[in-house]
Amino acid sequence: MTGPLPAAGRTPPGAADGRPLVGAVHSYDLSTGVDGPGTRFVAFLAGCPLRCRFCHSPDTWYRRSGREHTVDQLMAEVAKYRRFVTVAGGGVTISGGEPLMQPAFTGEVLRRCHADGLHTALDTSGFLGDRADDALLDATDLVLLDIKSWDPATYRRVTRTGRVTPTLRFARRLADRGTPVWIRFVLVPGLTDDEANVAGIASFVAGLATVQRVEVLPFHRLGAHKYTELGLSFPLADTAPPDAALLARVRGQFAAHGLTVH
Amino acid sequence: MTGTRTVVDPWRGFSGGAWQDTIDVADFIRHNHRPYTGDASFLTGATCRTLEVWGLLRQMFVEERRRGVYDVDAATPSGITAHRPGYIDRDRELIVGLQTDAPLRRAIMPAGGLRMVETALKAYGYELDPTVRQIFTRYRKTHNDAVFDAYPADVLAARRSHIITGLPDAYGRGRIIGDYRRVALYGVDRLVAERRAHRVALDTQPSTDAVIRDREELAEQIRALGELKEMAAGYGYDISGPAGTAREAIQWLYFAYLAATKEQNGAAMSLGRTAGFVDVYLERDLAEGRLTEIDAQELVDDFVIKLRIVRFLRTPEYDQLFSGDPTWVTESIGGMGNDGRPLVTRTSFRYLQTLYNLGPAPEPNLTVLWSPRLPEGFKRFCAQVSLDTSAIQYENDELIRPRFDDDAAIACCVSAMRVGKDMQFFGARANLAKALLYAINGGRDELTGDQVSPPMPAVGGEVLDYAEVLDAYDRMLDWLAATYVSALNVIHTMHDRYAYERLEMALHDYPVHRFLATGIAGLSVAVDSLSAIKHARVKVLRDETGLATDYLVEGDFPCFGNNDDRVDEIAVWLVGTFLAKLRRQRAYRNAEHTLSVLTITSNVVYGRHTGNTPDGRRAGEPFAPGANPMNGRDTHGLVAAALSVAKLPYDLARDGISLTSTVTPDGLGRTRDEQIGNLVGVLDGYTDAGGFHLNVNVLDRATLTDAMAHPERYPQLTIRVSGYAVNFVRLTPEQQRDVISRTFHGAL
Repeated sequence: MTGPLPAAGRTPPGAADGRPLVGAVHSYDLSTGVDGPGTRFVAFLAGCPLRCRFCHSPDTWYRRSGREHTVDQLMAEVAKYRRFVTVAGGGVTISGGEPLMQPAFTGEVLRRCHADGLHTALDTSGFLGDRADDALLDATDLVLLDIKSWDPATYRRVTRTGRVTPTLRFARRLADRGTPVWIRFVLVPGLTDDEANVAGIASFVAGLATVQRVEVLPFHRLGAHKYTELGLSFPLADTAPPDAALLARVRGQFAAHGLTVH
Repeated sequence: MTGTRTVVDPWRGFSGGAWQDTIDVADFIRHNHRPYTGDASFLTGATCRTLEVWGLLRQMFVEERRRGVYDVDAATPSGITAHRPGYIDRDRELIVGLQTDAPLRRAIMPAGGLRMVETALKAYGYELDPTVRQIFTRYRKTHNDAVFDAYPADVLAARRSHIITGLPDAYGRGRIIGDYRRVALYGVDRLVAERRAHRVALDTQPSTDAVIRDREELAEQIRALGELKEMAAGYGYDISGPAGTAREAIQWLYFAYLAATKEQNGAAMSLGRTAGFVDVYLERDLAEGRLTEIDAQELVDDFVIKLRIVRFLRTPEYDQLFSGDPTWVTESIGGMGNDGRPLVTRTSFRYLQTLYNLGPAPEPNLTVLWSPRLPEGFKRFCAQVSLDTSAIQYENDELIRPRFDDDAAIACCVSAMRVGKDMQFFGARANLAKALLYAINGGRDELTGDQVSPPMPAVGGEVLDYAEVLDAYDRMLDWLAATYVSALNVIHTMHDRYAYERLEMALHDYPVHRFLATGIAGLSVAVDSLSAIKHARVKVLRDETGLATDYLVEGDFPCFGNNDDRVDEIAVWLVGTFLAKLRRQRAYRNAEHTLSVLTITSNVVYGRHTGNTPDGRRAGEPFAPGANPMNGRDTHGLVAAALSVAKLPYDLARDGISLTSTVTPDGLGRTRDEQIGNLVGVLDGYTDAGGFHLNVNVLDRATLTDAMAHPERYPQLTIRVSGYAVNFVRLTPEQQRDVISRTFHGAL
C-alpha cells in the first residue's frame, strides 16, 4: 500500500536546541483493565488529527487544551505510581488525543518508562504511525491500535479528516517487527457496523501475527456533555448504543477468524 | 438432637502445645491449622435442608422489612438465661439457639438505657411492661442515667451542637470481642477454674479501688459462665467440657457468642476469627469419616444463618444513622501466620461460600485480612466474591500482624485487636470539620451562633490567613480533645458499672489490655478547607454578629484524594496532631489511646449538622465517609485516591482508616477472568502501599436501575468511564440507560 505521508504538522518544541522536551498533556488517570493489562497510569496527550464522530474526548482534540509538561514533570507523576502499577500487574499507557502528534515527547516518555522496567503501551489510531520511529517502538511493549473502519469512505465519514491506509501500514510494520498489538474497533450502529466493513478489518487483522486480541468497544454517549461544554454539537447525539445482537454479530465476525475477541 | 457427648477424647489427634496448659487458642491454631493453597473448586452448594430453613426466615424478613421489626418481647429484660429456648425449625436446625424464644423476636436490654428501649418500642407500636419500667426507674439505675449524672457542662454542649456525636451513652458500647472459641476448646468448667484462680490471687492484694473492681468483675464473669452453661443445658447441651466434634465446636462457640448477644445490645457485636479454628475440627471430622464436604458446608451454612438473624431493638434514628439494622457480626478471614504460612484454610472458603449458598447479605460482616502473600487461589476467590456480591471488605494483614500478632480480629469495621487479649472502649467520633469552623469563630457554633467552647480569639480579617487559622485550630483541637476524652471517661466508667459485659470479658485474658478508641469525622472536608486557605484565597462572609457563615474561594487548590503531597501532608499532620492531643488526656483505666478515621454512613448526619466550609462545601452537604476524599474531587481515579488515603500512617490511627470504593465490573477489565485478576492486583497494590482498609462496591445492574427510580437515595453514585467520572443521578434518563446497557452489556 502506498500513499502520501500524512501532514507532518509543526515541529514539536524542545530537544533539538537543548531546551527540555515539552509535551502537551491533557490529563492523567489511573485505570484498571481498560487501557491495556492491569492497573495503569494513563497519560492523555492533547491534540489529535482525527475528529471521529463518536469521539468521547473532544476536549483532547487540540494541543492547546493540554498543559505543557516536561518529560521530567510527567515522569515525576509516573514515579508516584510506579510501585503500585508494578505490583498490580499493570504499567503505563500513553494515550490521547493522538500521542503520535507529539512523537518526540511520546517516544522519550516511553523510553524512560521502559528503561525503568515498566510495561508500556501506546494507544493510537495509527494514522500517524509513520512518525513512530524504531526507537519509540523498541520502548513499546504493546500497541493498542484503533482501526476506525476498513472501507475508505466509511473511514472518512467516521474520522472526517483521516484515511485508513497509514493505519494498515503501521499495523503491518508492528507485526513485522514483532510488537504485540491489541486491535480496537468502536462499533457504532449505522456508521461502522456494516458487515463488509467489519469483515475487511477482521480478515486483515487475522493476517497479523502479533495481534493478541480484538476489543469491540460499543459506542456510548457519555462524552456528550463535553461537546456541550465546548460549544460543539455532538454528531451522534441521536445514535443509540449497539444492542446485544449487533455486538454478538460483530464479535462473531472477528472470532470466526480465530481471533480472541472481547 | 440431644446434647449427649459422642466422643471420649475431645482433643484426639490434635498437636499439643502451650495451649493445653494455659488458655491460649492462638497457640492451638498455630499448632493445628492446615493451610489450604488450592482454589474454590472443592466447595459445595446449599442442601435442601439449608434452603428450607433459610426459606422460613426469608418469608419472615418480608414482614420484618415492612414493619421495621418482626416482633419484640417487651416484658423480659434480656439476659443469658432470660428466655426459654427458641428454634427456627427444631427438627432440622443443626446449630441451635436464639436470642429470645422465637426467631426475629427482639429483646429489650434496659441496663444500657431505658429511654432507648422505650423510644424504640414506641416507634414500632409496643408498650414497655410497667414492672420493667418501675424496676429500671425506681430500683435499678441504667448506664444512660449514670452517664448524665456525671457529664460536665462542656460535654453536654459539645454533644448538643454535634461536634461530638454518636457517643455510646444511651446504649451498649459494643466492639468487645469475646474469645468465643475458648468455650469450644476448653469447655466452661476449665474457664471457670481459670477465673477462680485469678480471683483468689487478688485476695492477697490490698483492697484498692482497682483491685476491688477487678475482684467484683471476675466474680461477675464466673457467674456469667455459669449462666452460659445453664442456657446451653436448656437446649440439651452440656458444655462444661470441650467440644468433641466439629458440630459441637460450632455449637459451643455459637452458644458463647449467643450469650453475649443476649446480654449486650452493643453497637457492634463482632464474632472474632473463628473460621481457622472451626477448620481444625471440620478437617478432623472429615478425616475420621464423620462428615462429607457437603455436611461440612451445611454446618457452616447453618451457623451463618444464625449469625444473620442477630437482632437488636434500636430506634429508627439509630438505624438511619447507620443505614439499615446493622449488628456488625464481623468475622476476620485469611491473613498470614507469623511463621510465614497462610492462615487460609478450606473453611475460609466455606465461610465466603455462604454468600452464594444463602445469597449476599451484609451480615456476618465478612472481612478478609489481605496480604499479597496470600495463596493465589484464595485471592482470586475473594475477588470473585467481591465482584458477585460486594459483600466483603478487606484489611491489611501486613499492617495488623506486626502490631496485633497473627490471631487478631476486626471489631465493627476496622478496629483490630488481639482476640481475647485486647478490648476497647468505643468512642464514636469528633467532627474535625466543625472544629475548624469553631476555630475560625472562636468557639461559636456556625449554625446557631451559640458559644460552645470557652470563648477563644476568633480569626479576623477578610481573607483567612493560614498561619492564623492553624493557631486557632490548634487551640480548638486542644479543647475538643479534652472534652472528648472527658466524655469517654464518663461513659466507660458508667458502662463498666451499670452494663458490664460479663460474658464477653470472661472470655478475655486477665488482666486485659484496653484501648480508648476515639474517632474522627470530616477529615477530607477539614483538609481540603485547610488546603484552600493555604493554596488559594478564602474570603470570609460574616453575619451581623460577626459570625463567619460562608466562604468564598478564589483560585485553585489541591484536594485530598489525588495523591498530591501538597494536601495529603495536611491530612497526615491533622490526624497526628489530634492523636497527640488526645494522648495528653488521661484515659479511664489507663487505656491506650487510639484513633479511627471511620464514619460508616454517619458522614451524612455529620454533614447535616455542619455549616458551610472553606473548601466550598455547602452547609448540610454530607461529608465523605471515613477517610474518603470528597466525592468528585478525586479526579485521577480510585488508585490515586487510595494512595492519598494510604499515606495516613496506620500508627497514627491504629483503630483503623476506612476507604470505600465503587467500581463497575467493566471498570476492572473486559472479561470476568481479567476482572478477578485485576481486582487482586489492585488489592495487592493498595496493601503494598500501606493502605489499611478497602470496601469494594462492585455496582450491579439492580443498583443502577434503583438509582434511576430513586435518585435521592444515591446522591454520590459515581460512574467512572475510561478517564473521567460522572455523577450517575445527574445524567439524563437516556444517558443513565446508556450507562446501564454499556456497563452490563456482558450480562444482556
